[in-house]
Amino acid sequence: MAQYEVTLAGFGGQGIMTAGQLLAYSGMAEGRKVVWLPSYGPEMRGGTAYCTVVVSPDRIGSPIINNPTCCCVFNRPSFDKFAPRVRPGGLLLVNSSLIDVESDRTDITQLLVPANDMAMKAGNPKAANIVILGALIGASEVLSYKVVEKTMKEKLGGKKDLLPSNIKLLREGYNLARKELGKKEKV
Amino acid sequence: MAKILMKGNEAIAEAAIKAGCVNYFCYPITPQNEVGEYMARRLPEVGGAFLQGESEVAVGNMLFGAASTGQRVFTTSSSPGISLMQESISYMAGAHLPVVIVNIMRGGPGLGGILPAQSDYFQATKGGGHGDYRLLVLAPSTIQEAVDLMMLSFHLAEKYRNPVMIIGDGMIGQMMEPVEFPEHHEEPELPSNDLWAITGAKGREPRVIKSLFLDPKLLDDNSWNLYDKYARMEREEIRFESYRIKPKNKILIVSYGTMARICQTAIDELEKDGVSVGLFRPITLFPFPSKQIAKEAKKKNIENVLVIEMSTAQMKEDVDLAVLGAKPVKFYGETGGLVPSPDAVKEQIMKLIKNPNDELKRR
Repeated sequence: MAQYEVTLAGFGGQGIMTAGQLLAYSGMAEGRKVVWLPSYGPEMRGGTAYCTVVVSPDRIGSPIINNPTCCCVFNRPSFDKFAPRVRPGGLLLVNSSLIDVESDRTDITQLLVPANDMAMKAGNPKAANIVILGALIGASEVLSYKVVEKTMKEKLGGKKDLLPSNIKLLREGYNLARKELGKKEKV
Repeated sequence: MAKILMKGNEAIAEAAIKAGCVNYFCYPITPQNEVGEYMARRLPEVGGAFLQGESEVAVGNMLFGAASTGQRVFTTSSSPGISLMQESISYMAGAHLPVVIVNIMRGGPGLGGILPAQSDYFQATKGGGHGDYRLLVLAPSTIQEAVDLMMLSFHLAEKYRNPVMIIGDGMIGQMMEPVEFPEHHEEPELPSNDLWAITGAKGREPRVIKSLFLDPKLLDDNSWNLYDKYARMEREEIRFESYRIKPKNKILIVSYGTMARICQTAIDELEKDGVSVGLFRPITLFPFPSKQIAKEAKKKNIENVLVIEMSTAQMKEDVDLAVLGAKPVKFYGETGGLVPSPDAVKEQIMKLIKNPNDELKRR
């Protein structure tokens, strides 16, 4: 697979950085080259936060990606900023629990994921990032589901009480994307 | 050893420990705070000393003291903090002390901003402090290279008994990439530090480590001794990387650090469109690879040398001196925390290809 770039964006505390790191760790576990670059600045909880992850079979040049293959937007300001930036032919994942609009672009694939509602229903309200991560893997096939689940067990294993529900939400996100996009294999 | 995913700041910290350095003094400043955090946690595990000074001025003098004992020691800071250390950096150079200083650069001058920049090139390479001295300056462009250069830097500091500075823009500190540390750290043997260091004068004459020479002849000697060391660095330590340099190229880009990686992406994309451009990436900024750049610039088909930096044309002065008018040297840059994108770089290259005689406009 060619180089794949993902920008994840939302507000501080939504787990944007963690979801990006899980993706980078998983890419590394599959033997790819990876870069994770956070936006850093005078930020605070509730402020804007975004990170970019590049997964590539070859040496990665620029860590700065203006038009990523995929954007995952977790709130409205991120939608406004990043939906227009998705590369034509790319993927836009919208957290429809918090974003009540859709992109009118016809040159990209758009997927609406009610991530906060799904996380809330599972009794794990902070895990909207895990739902989106699952949906990202299901829709893009950039990495295998198995390796992401394994990474999550390793990296989030400290939160034992939440791990089963995190895994459930990863799977639900993955399967939702498969269903919406008419792809067959589910997990 | 298996690859692990690490933030640049943490990788730099671990690399120092792997190179046998267990003394670290610091004062916090964004965007390099993770180094201090990591060292505060890690150093007690390896029997080292972590100390947060009351200011960068104090930290600089702590470095002088620790280095005088022949122990490996380093600090990290960011632009305004490095400015505060300049007095002691000059003293350490004057006293021939090996020490490693990492500058994870933010935008300046003054308090500036906290976003990535390359604005401290002059400060690092031309001596930010007073007197006839230079630092050996290394500029990594990936986290793995930051690790490798960090481990090398302690050896180089001792080889020349001179401060070594590593400069990275804020992205080098904040970015995560897979890194690998060597199983066993090996380096060429050097004369023991016990030959000059202050180790307790039991059974030998006391030693004095100082940069004060009131006799002008002695001061003149000391400055020429320094000069000879820098001349030796120019013979032995020049490091650089060439990327896609071919005889048919019309443009030679010169760029370093993260900016060079961004140029690589632009160059790769242009290559697919049939436009061939080469990149020369200095890894040592002092000693500067002047001869090597001149050799590439003078090749027949080169119409323009294009320097791209996250500053207002600082390294360009060294490229101008290297090329000495043999070919036009053009510049493109953004600074203050703005980072030129691969698209912006491509646009500038295409402008130069279409109109080789034009000057490039600012952003």
